[in-house]
Amino acid sequence: MDNITQKLMQKSESTKKDAMGRAISLSALALIVIVVISIFAFVMSRGLATFFHDGVSVKDFLFGTTWNPSVVDPHTKQPYIGALPMIVGSFLVTFLAAIVATPFAIGTSLFMTEIAQKRGTKIMQPVIELLVGIPSVVYGFIGLTVVVPFIRSVFGGSGFGILSGTIVLFVMILPTITSMTVDTLKSVPRHYRESALAIGATRWQMIYKVILRAATPGILTAIVFGMARAFGEALAVQMVIGNAALMPQNLISPSSTLTSVLTMGIGNTVMGSLQNDVLWTLAMILLLMSLVFNLIVRAIGRRGELK
Amino acid sequence: MNAKTADKLATGIIYTISGIVALILVAMLSFILVRGVPHLSWHFLTSPAKAFEAGGGIGIQLFNSFYLLLLTMLISFPIALAAAIYLNEYARKGRFTTIVRTAIEILSSLPSVVVGLFGFLLFVVKFHFGFSILSGAIALTFFNLPLLTRSIETSLAQIPNLQREAGSALGLSRWETVIHVILPAAVPSIVTGVVLSAGRVFGEAAALIYTAGQSAPALNFGDWNPFNISSPLNPMRPAETLAVHIWKINSEGIMPDVSAVSAGASAVLIIVVLLFNVSARKLGAMLHKKLTSA
Repeated sequence: MDNITQKLMQKSESTKKDAMGRAISLSALALIVIVVISIFAFVMSRGLATFFHDGVSVKDFLFGTTWNPSVVDPHTKQPYIGALPMIVGSFLVTFLAAIVATPFAIGTSLFMTEIAQKRGTKIMQPVIELLVGIPSVVYGFIGLTVVVPFIRSVFGGSGFGILSGTIVLFVMILPTITSMTVDTLKSVPRHYRESALAIGATRWQMIYKVILRAATPGILTAIVFGMARAFGEALAVQMVIGNAALMPQNLISPSSTLTSVLTMGIGNTVMGSLQNDVLWTLAMILLLMSLVFNLIVRAIGRRGELK
Repeated sequence: MNAKTADKLATGIIYTISGIVALILVAMLSFILVRGVPHLSWHFLTSPAKAFEAGGGIGIQLFNSFYLLLLTMLISFPIALAAAIYLNEYARKGRFTTIVRTAIEILSSLPSVVVGLFGFLLFVVKFHFGFSILSGAIALTFFNLPLLTRSIETSLAQIPNLQREAGSALGLSRWETVIHVILPAAVPSIVTGVVLSAGRVFGEAAALIYTAGQSAPALNFGDWNPFNISSPLNPMRPAETLAVHIWKINSEGIMPDVSAVSAGASAVLIIVVLLFNVSARKLGAMLHKKLTSA
């Protein structure tokens, strides 16, 4: 009798297994969280060293326009660490690429969801998927061998610069924005379309006055995602932007972005030196900006829900 | 302009835009293939790269890319699978789940260059792994984890709850239900997700330039002892991959045939990535047919 009571009171074999499986899968999840936290902790600690350890002022760093960390200014005895040219460069290519890509993305997704549902999806879906699949170095290579010489022959100059970067990024973020916009347009309820058409709207009136309005939060989210991708893209931009840490004079003067300076510089500086620390500060800005893009997406999502 | 004309005009514009987008893709693909494919040969695919003279190949880089991909998948798949199982089968709505989901979302939106720099800081410098395949594989794991986790979670979520209820009704624990019922049913779409992510990993370069390094030392393909430094299997050797090679020779390559080599290498990269993309769906469909009664 005792034996049976004991057996019934004990955890069964499969309960134990279940607890073990649960623990294993939970630890995998915990690992991901730890990775995210340590990425922030490590990059921030190195990035903040510029300000706390090397005593650079935040204002000089963010608004200074001369970038040459290995040279010291004879008057102020401070190295040239103005990061504004890169910050401006990053934001310029990001916004310009988003501005160019958005109409193309919306047009393509309207084609797929409203104008030619069957044929449109059959043709454009693979196109979008292939564009997503092309690796960024290949975009960079095409930029270098096609876009840069083209800009050079049309506008003169070296061909490297913001404009080339914008064109390359435009193609790179186009599929991101398009596929997310398609999903949003598909989620607009069918009866919106039917009611618009029933009261005599043309197809374009229905799209413009009903569908696009209803899908605005989703489209904005898609654009922000595209911008986040453009802001963080490193190699393709680095190959076509010209890599001169100067304030962009115009769209075809060689300039640089946060990511391009990072990819060029980290290997050529000594860990722990000021020249190295300022690069980590640039990485920290990248990290914080990707957080900001995330927050914007969340804010848009919340606003969209209220309606 | 009346409504009918506006409608026609808008339709025309939308057609044009879609045409341009399709044209961009066709132009890019044909540019790469027309430029690169004539340069492909057995010699190009198997011989080592040359730094100063023409006629170098991409043999070592190609091997490195595949080896790195294999290691990355070996590390990231079990973690992503376990994480996805927890998220889809065990997690309840609550603060913890929200935090975890946010973390995964943030990780997936981090620029890959930052992930690479973190790998550089932690593994190359702090843990003294040096520029090595192992450092690169771990950095790529971080880059790959959020997307792979999400795609596996979606695959699990597609299995109808009826299956879980049936498992419980038969007296199976939740874990047993997952292992014996849910996972087998989800295999086809998990495979599709894994192969798709393999394509992404194969083409990634920014996370690798400071973790797996930018040099490809000569390998002895007769030596398969992973502890020898010239062995292809040694995970502690620096390993420039195909994608990194394309970036590197375009930024600072000085061999006379640099544009031919990078066109050829780009063509190989594109072809492999496309093969991954196509085979992902084919493989998934095939497995689905074979494993289920559908």
